[in-house]
Amino acid sequence: MPAATKPASTADALTMSGAEVVLRALKDQGVEVIFGYPGGAVLPIYDALFQQNSIRHILVRHEQAAVHAAEGYARSTGKVGVVLVTSGPGATNAVTGLVDALMDSIPVVCLTGQVPTHLIGNDAFQEADTTGITRPATKHNYLVKKSADLARVLHEAFYVARSGRPGPVVIDLPKDILINKAPYTEPSTAPHRSYRPQTEPDPEQIRKAVRLLKQARRPIVYAGGGVINSGPEASRLLTEFVRMTGFPCTNTLMGLGAFPANDPLFLGMLGMHGTYEANLAMHGCDVMLNIGARFDDRVTGRLDAFSPHSKKIHADIDPSSINKNVPVDVPIVGDAGRVLAALIECWKAEEAPQQRQVLAQWWRQIEEWRAKDCLRYRQEGRIIKPQHAVKRLYEITRESGRETFITTEVGQHQMWAAQYFGFDKPNRWMTSGGLGTMGYGLPAAMGVQIAHPDALVIDIAGEASILMNIQEMGTLAQYRLPVKVFILNNEYMGMVRQWQELLHGGRYSESYSAALPDFVKLAESFHAVGMRAETVDDLDRVIREMIAVDKAVIADICVAKDENCFPMIPSGAAHNEMILGEDQEGGVAGVTDEGKVLV
Amino acid sequence: MSEAGNAQRAATIAVLVENEAGVLARVIGLFSGRGYNIDSLTVAPVDETGRISRITIVTSGTEMVIEQIKAQLDRLVPVHRVADLTMEGPHLVRELALIKVVGRGENRVEALRLADAFRARVVDATTESFVFEMTGAAEKIDAFCALMRPIGLTEVSRTGAVAIARGPRGLN
Repeated sequence: MPAATKPASTADALTMSGAEVVLRALKDQGVEVIFGYPGGAVLPIYDALFQQNSIRHILVRHEQAAVHAAEGYARSTGKVGVVLVTSGPGATNAVTGLVDALMDSIPVVCLTGQVPTHLIGNDAFQEADTTGITRPATKHNYLVKKSADLARVLHEAFYVARSGRPGPVVIDLPKDILINKAPYTEPSTAPHRSYRPQTEPDPEQIRKAVRLLKQARRPIVYAGGGVINSGPEASRLLTEFVRMTGFPCTNTLMGLGAFPANDPLFLGMLGMHGTYEANLAMHGCDVMLNIGARFDDRVTGRLDAFSPHSKKIHADIDPSSINKNVPVDVPIVGDAGRVLAALIECWKAEEAPQQRQVLAQWWRQIEEWRAKDCLRYRQEGRIIKPQHAVKRLYEITRESGRETFITTEVGQHQMWAAQYFGFDKPNRWMTSGGLGTMGYGLPAAMGVQIAHPDALVIDIAGEASILMNIQEMGTLAQYRLPVKVFILNNEYMGMVRQWQELLHGGRYSESYSAALPDFVKLAESFHAVGMRAETVDDLDRVIREMIAVDKAVIADICVAKDENCFPMIPSGAAHNEMILGEDQEGGVAGVTDEGKVLV
Repeated sequence: MSEAGNAQRAATIAVLVENEAGVLARVIGLFSGRGYNIDSLTVAPVDETGRISRITIVTSGTEMVIEQIKAQLDRLVPVHRVADLTMEGPHLVRELALIKVVGRGENRVEALRLADAFRARVVDATTESFVFEMTGAAEKIDAFCALMRPIGLTEVSRTGAVAIARGPRGLN
């Protein structure tokens, strides 16, 4: 690598190899760390990495984990996460992570090695049609066939990954392109030829929205991951707007932290395992303001019964998200932060008074729903309730005053984490929402810990999910990352078991976690600390010890095996048909065959 | 959803794209991946540098689906512009077809007579065959082929629709 900030002039333009151009472009894009795994096709990049020290490489144990780690890094910092994998299996292993990032709109640039250009299409060793395979798995992808395109494509990839609705971008790099000399060009400030997403909202649409909101008798704000993606300022503006209007606010799974969980205006998460008050308020509202959420099926339940009496305002940076599932009355295309700023300004300027008195009535109704206390559980006896474990984890980490980041795997534990762990700030909660990828949490936590070395990073996991990327314990050891893995161990794929109980007559087909490892010994074999809480008397002590240890920890929390995650909107049901914990006995009425078809 | 919301309509959509590798696969993958119909698709470079291609897609679906198709196309990175010619006003749709008819005697004479009526040109002839070239709306080509079928229609090659708006307004 040439010296740090030397501009590339025409004279020295062809002194750099393709691999050096790649690293130089990463550096100029502000990249400090990449997650990767070497292999034949990317050896030139690894060679160039060896000879520089401005970019740190984190060696993962599986390429899928590299992408999840980059996602955790990206989501906790707002920066683009970067991945480097080899051709063939390196690229195909990364695909799950790429789709995960695509579904959750996480900016990732993934560099994949490729066989040299003259061998492409020859079924060469470790060749795969990476651009073909990843086309529907990415926001965009590139195959660099000419050295002259290399630098431009790299810079463009970062622009595409972070602009508009963020997402993963793959750059496929044939080995000869990495070895041959290539010209370097600095990042261009010229606008992209075709991709220029609209971020500034149309003022007329904002005025229409504010007029509706001022007249609203039963309003609700429904905010999602778009607010997080817009940056912390958008979360601040959301909080300002909600407090200014006195409207109730609910967050999607991806939006948790966009509005402070401890604010009385917050109704909790909505959707399939959302709170009673959030879902009934969505169902009964007369004006809905959706900011940066996408009417996902996990949120809407049965579409033809979704919030039947409301006018809907939908602000999204991706025009294809608007009117996709739910027809809306006021579409607004724009960045969540800009939309919120415009709404606040227009709300202040608009003279029409707000319906404060009817709003108070609406709140009385909401408080009645809230009084149901739908997340209530009974911690009786010595067996640890999983809800209690998450609640204590939340309370004890809060007392500790440490900056805390939570990642999760996928399943019951994920929903309990969403329900019982309160987030007051954005970017503190990383979970696989859209794709629902088991095995996401541990590598994501790795990425978060790399970005925030002094923070407390906890993967709330299930005993089944954690085994899907358990090999990353090795990465934690190598880089001394003090990630805490908090396993709610019920010896079942809990969510599968729950659905089998509720929908398939209690026939627990293949959902028992048989032949589990001893997680304490497993931790020790990976140079980490293992702990176990077998009864409720152990719980607080284990949590405190786990937090106090400055090493990676696996805390195996043995929880009740048959606990179900409630409240729940059964598949194919509407928001006002949700079932609460105490009503569940005797199976779920209301699940139709049509509902059973849904996942 | 209302009855009107479920009504299907056809749409002729013009898409200007950056002429880069994989762009057609991206468009086609979008249609297959999301379960949209493609009734016809044509593509060719249209600017003097060859950097911009125009894709004309004929599709059908409910109004909501067609709006989705347009929005999904528009967010592809190499897409410059998406226009729903069906909604934007009067427009011309044309297709070119090469039609091979094999036969002797009276059938040959009849084939030529029909070709004349449809303003199809003979672009190849042997003692036992003709290749006709014709342009027009898809329905006109369908009708011509239907008439030729009993008198020796052997092979048809069609381009699929290309379309352009009437009047001075350009799509750029």
